[in-house]
Amino acid sequence: MPKIIARTGDDAVAEAMRQINPDVVVAYPITPQTEIVQFFSEFVAQGRVKTEFICPESEHSAMSACIGASAAGGRVMTATSSQGLAYMWELLYIASSYRLPIVMPVVNRALSGPINIHCDHSDTMGARDSGWIQIFSENVQESYDNTIQAIRIAEHKDVLLPVMVTLDGFIISHAMERFEMLDDEVVQRFTGEYKPEYSLLDKEHPITYGPLQLFDYYMEQKRQQHEVMKSVAGIVLEVAKDFEKISKRKYGLFEEYKMDDAELGIVVLGSSAGTAKTVVDMLRKEGVRAGLLKIRVFRPFPAAEIASSLSHLKAIAVLDRSDTFGGLGGPVFEEICGALFNYQFPDGCRIPVVNYIYGLGGRDINLDHIKKVYMDLAEIVQTGKIKELVQYLGVRE
Amino acid sequence: MSEEKGWREIPRGGMILEPGNARKYETGSWRTFKPVVDFNKCIHCLFCWIYCPESAIIVKENKMSGFDLAHCKGCGICAKECPKKAIEMVKEEK
Repeated sequence: MPKIIARTGDDAVAEAMRQINPDVVVAYPITPQTEIVQFFSEFVAQGRVKTEFICPESEHSAMSACIGASAAGGRVMTATSSQGLAYMWELLYIASSYRLPIVMPVVNRALSGPINIHCDHSDTMGARDSGWIQIFSENVQESYDNTIQAIRIAEHKDVLLPVMVTLDGFIISHAMERFEMLDDEVVQRFTGEYKPEYSLLDKEHPITYGPLQLFDYYMEQKRQQHEVMKSVAGIVLEVAKDFEKISKRKYGLFEEYKMDDAELGIVVLGSSAGTAKTVVDMLRKEGVRAGLLKIRVFRPFPAAEIASSLSHLKAIAVLDRSDTFGGLGGPVFEEICGALFNYQFPDGCRIPVVNYIYGLGGRDINLDHIKKVYMDLAEIVQTGKIKELVQYLGVRE
Repeated sequence: MSEEKGWREIPRGGMILEPGNARKYETGSWRTFKPVVDFNKCIHCLFCWIYCPESAIIVKENKMSGFDLAHCKGCGICAKECPKKAIEMVKEEK
């Protein structure tokens, strides 16, 4: 029977890692991910996992060792945040191009500078083109559930790609919530045993990872990487279906909240989706047809499915917890605009889409902020005019 | 050089699954100068064989017997190291 307990996000993710019982964990502590490594190292000390736990001198070394261990055929995990993820940068691309199924919870924290330890999505959004699958979580439960599902997605024979599972720094990582922990045996049956097709340690079948590829083969390699990402969505849904059987919780590529008859819609990811759902409920009571779309899988981006889900709205606001400084707007906004531009509207209609940058460096986002966004959308529908395409939410002028 | 393959045919992640297949990569096409040995001067000391970075010196019955021109890049190290100056680098004719 699942246990209902109160846990922080970091604690819940560490429990997921304990249940997954990876062959190798190489991790360097960084706020606000620290407790994941701390709790997991306790499990190692108590002998509750059989994991080879390596404490490297940096995140660069952590990801390097993960790559080596994964190429050797192990089930491998690590975790990081912000500067730690930035310090892994060059290895992120190597892990994905070698097709190594490493699973990494990333506790979202703003990138320096100025130095800041609180939540925004600039760290993982910066890594969005690194070839990793990216799954965002709304709360403690989802952080735990996504971590477990990520193992199956990463190691699927048609995928074999590394996965980042994100949880918002402090808001999820350090806040205690009600959460249901599955039984150890149930999780272990779900994740199964990882049987790698190749191993660097298999001396009967010697292989080479990462040979030099110049103008003659590099482009074919990248084309292959592009292609495999296309098959990920189907596997994510397949794994979600299996996970529902053990947890009774449904997961998709994204979640629609009161979208069926909605006119005004917000697109958001991470913990702010919870705040926005409360606002949707409040507005519904006032007769406003508000809806919400929460992106779960940001990479690969389910463009056609999301555009289809948004296609009946009268106005859309995209909330971005990071900026692109010189791009059209935030990274989620750009994806949504691209998705809608390429969607085949039967009547050729064009929905106004606006962008709000919010919550940078842990800046609070509250009900009033989100309510204002819906009110702005109502005004856009009424006047047919967009006053400002990209705005900052909750910044002092 | 072996035939170039499309993205569907190459191993996942660019892995090399067959050990020793570097010999299929014929680096001889890189060459501008080719080595030519004068067997009247050669004493079969095999310094050329020791120094050649491409293992492109052919040795038969412990004697230097020529070059593997499919792999020789024409670096000229053999000519430089030969104590009897028996190897000359000659420009490749098109």
